[in-house]
Amino acid sequence: MRPAQRRWIFLVGAAGLAAFYLWGLSGLPGFGNYPGPYGFIINRIAVGQTNATGVVSTINFDYRGFDTVGEEFILFAAAAGVATVLRRLRGEREQSTVDEAADRDVPTTSSAIRMVALLFTGPVVVMGWWLASHAQTNPSGGFQGGVILATAFVLIYLSGEFLVLKRFSPVALTEVVEAVGAGGFAAIGVSAVAMGLPYLKDFLPLGTVPGAVSSSGTIALISFFVGLEVAAAFILIIGELLEQTLLIRQGGR
Amino acid sequence: MIEAVVTPYTVPVDMMDALQITILVLVAAGATAVVLIRERVRQVLALSVYGVLLAVLFLAFQAPDVTLSELTVGAVALPIVLLLALAKMRKREE
Repeated sequence: MRPAQRRWIFLVGAAGLAAFYLWGLSGLPGFGNYPGPYGFIINRIAVGQTNATGVVSTINFDYRGFDTVGEEFILFAAAAGVATVLRRLRGEREQSTVDEAADRDVPTTSSAIRMVALLFTGPVVVMGWWLASHAQTNPSGGFQGGVILATAFVLIYLSGEFLVLKRFSPVALTEVVEAVGAGGFAAIGVSAVAMGLPYLKDFLPLGTVPGAVSSSGTIALISFFVGLEVAAAFILIIGELLEQTLLIRQGGR
Repeated sequence: MIEAVVTPYTVPVDMMDALQITILVLVAAGATAVVLIRERVRQVLALSVYGVLLAVLFLAFQAPDVTLSELTVGAVALPIVLLLALAKMRKREE
């Protein structure tokens, strides 16, 4: 079939698709139209019921906590999958981490990058930790804090070398931290079951002031564990890829 | 135990303001730019800028949690993974 014929067939099909698409778009409700009752109900009762002012986190870790458990284990499985796929195969060998041609002219990282990365590492760690541990007060949460914590390690790599990153986050320690995070989340839910409550029910004392750090029971605890797990998973994935790029070579030992 | 706390923010939003329209147009332009760039490393950097644009889009539509996630994942973590994969492929071609 010649290209011109194919183009005509495509144009006919695209015209039909465009007609149906525009007809569908014209039947949409207006911008900002929210008819559903769930949002209004949550707005009214969430702060009173959980003593947490970060309502999105209460939905994530309390009202719909079961979905979050699934999402956590998606990330856990992704990190485990990366570690499995990028393991050392039979036809590869891992170079020693000693620089073999130390006298060659390596283009060094520019000092501007190194200084800025070094300056920002501390504040980024503080911000990530604050976000992960304050899920009940602000727009924050375990996932956001964890990812920002992982970014701090990338800044360490930028301001130094790969070996410095490896010394800060050895694979064994990172894997243990990730397992503690994922297992801790599941364990909180299971301990609620052990006390006779539904899975992941908020059973810790709720605190007195809505939005204080020690309020909202298990939400703050779950967010802390989630932050640990997410940070460790991202550090593992990036560390594995860096190792693949910098250390693993083809050719048998 | 359930208190009826009426939150004060009940302003209905029924029209897009100028910031939202601008950022939507920028996101469309950014997506087109990411697709049309052909060089690999430049495409990854365009993807990083597109991640920042998406984060601003989520912020303009009143979703700060998603903004924080998208900012880190879309602008930092995803380009790092892509750049490392590209570096590994380039080493393999040598």
